[in-house]
Amino acid sequence: MSVSKPRHTPKPKKVILLGSGGLRIGQAGEFDYSGSQAIKSFKEEGIEIVLVNPNIATVQTDDDMADRVYFQPLNVKTVTKILEREKPDAIALSFGGQTALNLGLELDRLGILKRLNVRVLGTPVKVIETTEDRELFKQALAEIGTKTAKSLTAATVDQAIHAAKELGYPIMMRSGFSLGGLGSGRIDSDEELRRRAKEVLAAVPQVLIEEYLVGWKEVEYEVVRDSAGNTITVCNMENFDPMGVHTGESIVVAPSQTLTNHEYHMLREVAIRTINHLGIIGECNIQYALHPSSGEYRVIEVNARLSRSSALASKATGYPLAFVASKLMLGKRLHEIKNAVTGKTSAFYEPALDYLAVKMPRWDLQKLKSSDHHIGSEMKSVGEVMALGRSFPEALQKAVRMLGSGAHGLTVHPHEIADPMDEIARPTDRRLFAVYEAIRSGVSTAAIHDASYIDRWFLDHIAAVADTERLLAAGTLDAQTLRYAKKMGFSDRVIADLRGKTEAQIRTLRHKHGIVPAIKQIDTLAGEFDAETNYLYATYHGTTHDVEPLSKKTAIVLGSGPYSIGSSVEFDWSAVNTAKTLKKNGLKTIIINSNPETVSTDFDRSDRLYFDELTLERVRDIADFENPRGVVVSVGGQVANNLALPLHKTGYPIMGTSPTDIDRAENRQKFSSMLNKLAIDQPEWDEVTTLAGAKKFAQKVGYPVLIRPSYVLSGGAMSVVRSEPEMEKYLTAATRLSPDHPTVISQFVQNAKELEIDGVAKNGELVVYAISEHIENAGIHSGDATVVYPAQRLYLETVRRAKLITRKVVKNLNITGPFNIQFIAKDNELKVIECNVRASRSFPFVSKVSGYNFIQIATEAMLGHDHPGIFLTLSLDYVAVKTPQFSYNRMKGADPVAGVEMASTGEVACFGSEVETAFYRSWMATEQQIQGKRILISLADEQKHKFIDEAAALVAAGWEVFATPGTHDFLQENGIATKLVHKVQGSQKPNLAEAIQDHKLDLMVSIPSREESSDAAYTIRRLAIDNHIPIFTNAETGRLLLRCLADPHLADLEPKHWREYVPKTA
Amino acid sequence: MAKTRTDRTHVDRSERNVFFSQKSGCLTLGDGTTFVGQMPEWQDDNYVGEVVFSTGMTGYVEALTDPSFAGQILVFTYPLVGNYGVDEAASESDKIQVRGVVMSDLAPHWSHGGSDQSFAEWLKSQGVPLLTGVDTRALTKHLRTQGTMTGVLGGEPVAAPKSVQIPRVSIEGPIEYGQKNTGKEIILVDCGMKQNILRSLLGLGLRVKRVPYDYDYTGEKYDGVVLSSGPGDPEDYEETIAITKKALAGDKPVFGICLGNQIMALASGGKTYKLKFGHRGHNQPCIEDATERAVITSQNHGYAIDEASLPRDWQVLYRNLNDDSVEGIEHRTKPFFSVQFHPEACPGPTDSAVLFERFYQSL
Repeated sequence: MSVSKPRHTPKPKKVILLGSGGLRIGQAGEFDYSGSQAIKSFKEEGIEIVLVNPNIATVQTDDDMADRVYFQPLNVKTVTKILEREKPDAIALSFGGQTALNLGLELDRLGILKRLNVRVLGTPVKVIETTEDRELFKQALAEIGTKTAKSLTAATVDQAIHAAKELGYPIMMRSGFSLGGLGSGRIDSDEELRRRAKEVLAAVPQVLIEEYLVGWKEVEYEVVRDSAGNTITVCNMENFDPMGVHTGESIVVAPSQTLTNHEYHMLREVAIRTINHLGIIGECNIQYALHPSSGEYRVIEVNARLSRSSALASKATGYPLAFVASKLMLGKRLHEIKNAVTGKTSAFYEPALDYLAVKMPRWDLQKLKSSDHHIGSEMKSVGEVMALGRSFPEALQKAVRMLGSGAHGLTVHPHEIADPMDEIARPTDRRLFAVYEAIRSGVSTAAIHDASYIDRWFLDHIAAVADTERLLAAGTLDAQTLRYAKKMGFSDRVIADLRGKTEAQIRTLRHKHGIVPAIKQIDTLAGEFDAETNYLYATYHGTTHDVEPLSKKTAIVLGSGPYSIGSSVEFDWSAVNTAKTLKKNGLKTIIINSNPETVSTDFDRSDRLYFDELTLERVRDIADFENPRGVVVSVGGQVANNLALPLHKTGYPIMGTSPTDIDRAENRQKFSSMLNKLAIDQPEWDEVTTLAGAKKFAQKVGYPVLIRPSYVLSGGAMSVVRSEPEMEKYLTAATRLSPDHPTVISQFVQNAKELEIDGVAKNGELVVYAISEHIENAGIHSGDATVVYPAQRLYLETVRRAKLITRKVVKNLNITGPFNIQFIAKDNELKVIECNVRASRSFPFVSKVSGYNFIQIATEAMLGHDHPGIFLTLSLDYVAVKTPQFSYNRMKGADPVAGVEMASTGEVACFGSEVETAFYRSWMATEQQIQGKRILISLADEQKHKFIDEAAALVAAGWEVFATPGTHDFLQENGIATKLVHKVQGSQKPNLAEAIQDHKLDLMVSIPSREESSDAAYTIRRLAIDNHIPIFTNAETGRLLLRCLADPHLADLEPKHWREYVPKTA
Repeated sequence: MAKTRTDRTHVDRSERNVFFSQKSGCLTLGDGTTFVGQMPEWQDDNYVGEVVFSTGMTGYVEALTDPSFAGQILVFTYPLVGNYGVDEAASESDKIQVRGVVMSDLAPHWSHGGSDQSFAEWLKSQGVPLLTGVDTRALTKHLRTQGTMTGVLGGEPVAAPKSVQIPRVSIEGPIEYGQKNTGKEIILVDCGMKQNILRSLLGLGLRVKRVPYDYDYTGEKYDGVVLSSGPGDPEDYEETIAITKKALAGDKPVFGICLGNQIMALASGGKTYKLKFGHRGHNQPCIEDATERAVITSQNHGYAIDEASLPRDWQVLYRNLNDDSVEGIEHRTKPFFSVQFHPEACPGPTDSAVLFERFYQSL
């Protein structure tokens, strides 16, 4: 036991931290949390921090975080330049997900870090490489007798086939150096393996062919180790879905529920032994497969960085993993670090929970056309929620509600599942509901276990929920039954449905019997000591509150709930900045949120955090307990906004714009008549209940029209319809047309520009505003559009008119707080598309570009403070472009064409002195790489003439231009030398499909025709995505990119930091 | 690869909705505070014990059979107990040692291939009472602030006695383990030992003579002594302390665990005191004074060594990182050392299992 005291490594003076870029599947907001904690922790040590992250909507890129922020692409070229000009002593790679880790490894491999004398903090690069290279990893674990899955590596398709023969089908294929299990999956035949291996080997140098561990439990441990070798496991977690479903796709419980003491501690011991042997410094996680009865285990992988799981573990236990990891990187030892959450314990402490946490993934597959709903070893979910409770059914049903997917619990959900057993055996994104439906229809939990291998412990609890549902429907609703139902996680609304009552009646009954949830603390120590924690949740398994209500001067801020397509880090940023401003103005702040991947749920962002549901029932429970001065509903996106009116109607004070006015903007009918009254133009629209009505409207305004069903079973299915036959097809297939559920149909204005105003008003008077424009023409969802701010191509007259309209709307809605108005501009005519009386997606963008924090101004307006001074937001010396980040490569089969339904999962933004620079950088920052100078151009007829200049310039700049027959002919006729590539149909060579698969192209601009969607064009787009070739499908952004590519200056831009563009305002 | 499947023969016996097959019951504490819950139909008596809480999240079979809990009513802070049923092979002694169990929710469903009965069945088969549906966090906070106290489990609130007699757990006479004439011989003083102490020693190839707490082995031939864990106030173990004094006069290695740590201190002239609410859980952080090497330990004790009372020739080996209390002592020159935590784990973390190796090396 003789371990010498380690010598502390010298503390670096200046550290560069790599962020994770735009949110995408497999890499979401959790890295804003980890990066933010790290920055604070480094700053506490007096270290200067330089952050590189193009994700402008993050908290970590805020003014009060890093000393210097680069909104720049996370690639070798750019980061090398930043290293050269900043000259940091050290670099932190483990807070920016796989993006930062891979980039760091690359910088090291190229000798750049060595050349510039930059030290890697924490886990040494050699160790990271061992964890990332599966062969090295297996060798290292074999050295200490730790078992890994039997596997063989393959660098070619033939090697893969050979390996599969040796192990026998089914096998599991995995790709090294990937995030979220990209390209991984079960494979059953040579044929399938050939196809999949070819696809994956196009992107990575090797694949792994592994034994397939069907039915084994999946368990993981979060491990923390200091440089002296002191090691703890902060948390273990067990997957509801056994091996075969990616842990990011799985329902997860913490701590493990079905592991015996022996299993729990055997795996813990292996974890510590393994991490010590590898020599990790900081935080990592280790994943296992565990045989359900024999106790056999396999180590699946070790992630030597902060991860989604570590964010979850951190929020589930109250142990600040990222904060501690960053201190360990500086050479501190665990017992020397105080746990800032408890104020009592040191960081050398394994949390004891007295509740359990259930994580549930949020998918948005229905938003992506033709996307496959099956889940497996590739990650497809876009966000997650975490529910805390003191029984499994309580936490499980809470989690279901938190998803915000229309389910009010297991019993009331919007899914119509024709064959539950099929979805149980071949898991889909709604398997949990399939399990419930199967149980409800009398299938035994044993049979469900046989089909899914889901542990009976979970299934029997779900069966108990079904029993409770029957009990509620049949018996008398006495106090005992009601209390029991609440302990089982039933919401008032579900109970009301079962009893033919209203939610309000059940609430009254509950209160009459004194049945209210107890407010409990998450303290990491199961109550053993008196901890100074402000982490709270509500449970019905308790009789006593842990805390007293805060003082009278409090405000509740509603967070955003899970990340989803349409609700991303920008609303977390808004909630965090709102809380900060409220605090600055002397109020105690309470945040309610259910999303573990957020900064707003961090321990030091509010006076109190309720990790709980954003449902009317729970917000009321909390508001009843805390009795706040007001509730802020306007900074958490649509989830929070939707609670405005119900909270108002039930008597809770809402801060800012009156909920009845919010409703006048939200309600299409009311908003439209307001615009009419104010003589503001809008696209024509109508509500129709019959096909004949729809046709009549379309004939009046002309095709195309936009159809938006007001009630859709599985989320949005908004669509552009271009002809009568299409209308018939669409309205009979995708939606329900009935008098109860009218469909909204509106005029679709073509070839128009779209612009937006983000702003803040007070008592109906405009305080500050920012006008931005879309590069794409109208018709692309604003969340998928490339946005330029300040707008560069608007007539002054358009600006003046937009402002005038805005003032009228703001006045009429008597807005106090944030708002966003979207316009269509054509021939200097403005039409209003919509108005959101809440902070919009672009608030962080316009705030950081203009230099004025719009959320701070909005919060102060809500508090009644005047904001003196003039805001200069129109004419700036620079321009910024916000670009959507798509995750099409993770959505097998999804069509990568942006349209009226939002499909992007995140966004980035970069600055420049003109649009081209900002756009090019911003596009590169969405993880795009152009390897060479071979481009394919394929244009719809109506677009061809627009590309002549761009194509000519490209050729002049030395690009090899390929074109499909029609485009080729057209460009040839115009004197541009292009090479012919045949379309995918037919067998003529050279063929486009082959060109893509053989990587003979570096970039594609493929603009589909507006008139028709062809299967062949879809195939090409999909092939490009699957073969990692960047593709543009929009004419306006495509042209802009071609202009950028032809400009030699853009290839070698000097990266500047934020403050070199935007001077700091007071 | 062969298709693997869960062995489900036992799992089908899981009971549904035990909540409704229970009657109301309560725990009355020595200070008169009452916590209400439900209890199984068969419980008709009042059950008296010292009420303590443990923060372990797993290992309920090991915990309940740990003789150190004898005479105590154990409150689980983790709300879900019984999830994986009961496999009696995991027992640390021949029966359930606690006087009673208090928890938030009894798992109505359990599942594990290795188990053959439910938690509730197991308790009933040994006549050990159970109270469920209790706000155990509130109860824990009460014990934390007011200190460990007596309590009564029963159908109605009744006054709890001022104190509780903690039973002595040991064996009638010596038992020998291991093959004759192979390896070194260890005296294992059984003050209420856990099976895994014995297993750990045998696993090192040692022969073990397990003796009652009041058995004087000092005249016999042996290579080393292990003082086991056990229940109650260490000062009550007068015979054990007296015998240990004699052993410490010699040079043969002595290794104490938990109660054995306290007995070591008392036998060498130190003092012990009762902690306000004890250390019970699987996450107690300790640090080795000399090396600053930290370990997570499994603990279950209500008494501790008073550091100021330690004689000069003894020094602190480990400290608790949470409250700085003494977690282990060692003799400055002789091969005597002891720890307040449980290197044998079961339940809990195995980080300090290496201490058995240290003892082995000193033989």
